[in-house]
Amino acid sequence: MTEEIIIAGFGGQGVLSMGKILAYSGIMQNKEVSWFPSYGPEMRGGTANVTVILSDTRISSPVLHHYDTAIILNQQSLDKFEKSVKPGGILLYDPNGIVHEPARKDIKIYKIEGTRLAAESGNPKTFNMIVLGAYLKLKPVIELDSIEKGLKKSLPERHHKSIPGNIEAIRVGQENVESILVL
Amino acid sequence: MGDVRLMKGNEVIAEAAIRCGCDGYFGYPITPQSEVLETLAIRRPWEETGMVVLQAESETASINMLYGAASTGKKVMTSSSSPGISLMAEGISYLAGAELPCLIVNVQRGGPGLGTIQPSQADYFQTCKGGGHGDYKLIVLAPASVQEMYDFVELGFELAFKYKNPAIILSDGVIGQMMEKVELGEYKPRWTAEQIQEISGSWACLGKAGRERHISTSLELDPYGMEKNNLRFQAKYREMEAKEVRYEMFDCEDAEYILVAFGSSARICQKTVEIARSKGLKVGLLRPITLFPFPTPIIRELAGTVKGFLSVEMNAGQMVEDVRLAVNGKVPVEHFGRYGGVIHTPEEVFDALKQKLIGE
Repeated sequence: MTEEIIIAGFGGQGVLSMGKILAYSGIMQNKEVSWFPSYGPEMRGGTANVTVILSDTRISSPVLHHYDTAIILNQQSLDKFEKSVKPGGILLYDPNGIVHEPARKDIKIYKIEGTRLAAESGNPKTFNMIVLGAYLKLKPVIELDSIEKGLKKSLPERHHKSIPGNIEAIRVGQENVESILVL
Repeated sequence: MGDVRLMKGNEVIAEAAIRCGCDGYFGYPITPQSEVLETLAIRRPWEETGMVVLQAESETASINMLYGAASTGKKVMTSSSSPGISLMAEGISYLAGAELPCLIVNVQRGGPGLGTIQPSQADYFQTCKGGGHGDYKLIVLAPASVQEMYDFVELGFELAFKYKNPAIILSDGVIGQMMEKVELGEYKPRWTAEQIQEISGSWACLGKAGRERHISTSLELDPYGMEKNNLRFQAKYREMEAKEVRYEMFDCEDAEYILVAFGSSARICQKTVEIARSKGLKVGLLRPITLFPFPTPIIRELAGTVKGFLSVEMNAGQMVEDVRLAVNGKVPVEHFGRYGGVIHTPEEVFDALKQKLIGE
């Protein structure tokens, strides 16, 4: 199993930390992992993205241009990465702020109302975990148990009290992912 | 398995320094290596092992602090990124001329000039062919993973002290910024005064107390004396070439074409080999781990059996010159790479291989 993922959105949406939790959880399941962020000028002015690879075998290139899954959280990232999804791959996006819907017909497209659900839950910070939940529903590459362990490892201890809320947000995401285009 | 973590390449440089018993770090922040200094500041090793961490006023100051500290036989290091390393060039030449062991880390970014903050490998010439003035060589280690960033700190110190010569880890923005699984080693205590006396007592400035004074200098005004020094340096460099070459090969046994790449470019090329093999093409990868000493003998040997080499570097063609010297005209040697901070894709490398060597 090798899963190549791009997560892209605005700085502050928790793009990099979502990737970090996914990668740490992968380690908990004895997978090989890599996490390569955009660290360029763009992260200072708006968009942020991270490439995460989970694999059962040694990972070659940590830098990719084609992905099994793209998790897209704003219009700029949709414009940039829609074309980078491998044919038959998955595009998961949050419709908040999206004015040009994804147009490809050769990939599976799913929607998660992460921004709305996070706002409704009263805890907007769990936005990225809702999106992560939606992803895990579509690609159950990591077990929830490993995510919990990954959260424990990647969060400083003072934040451990927020773990149950994060796990709940993942469940919300799993339950609310909508299918837009099935091949 | 020991202590396994998910960490950035830059963070593990700091962690490795603390755990291998480093005595001092002198540095100045610059993207994409600032996490080295940041991690040291967060970890506060001066409270744990007594290691000194000092943010100098500039890179020029850092390298000269390193020069002073290295002359006392302590395990000391600095890190920077390309423009900062240029500022250090004078000091690096002095350290090599004074035959002082130390560790330097360059997390390369795109140049020339202030350039960009994105990954690059355009400091190959600077690192392997000079940078500073005079006939000197650095021991050059090129990590291709976060684990190697960790391992090469200790290896760098080991080789630096073995040869009384500066060692440098030539990394780049990809390896520095990416996170991977890394297994951290045991804590090793810093050397005691007695151990330093035993290891470096014959040359280090430790307080002269009853013996002839030791002088750490690169200055020798008598040209015959300076030639003698140079002969000693050259003998040392030849010994490194004979004993310290390190490299790794992937799928080279039956290869008709070989990619030569180091650091992050080697990771990208591994994917190219996978693509090529899936299409039935016999392609292998040779990854130099030491850039000096360069793995000339194995490339020379492979030149007898393959149809061509493609040197893949994130620069306009630097290491390719060393590959050509090793191959010595036997088979074609071409270069491919994106540069200025652009990272080539495995597919671009594959296309270049077909176009430049296989002929499609």
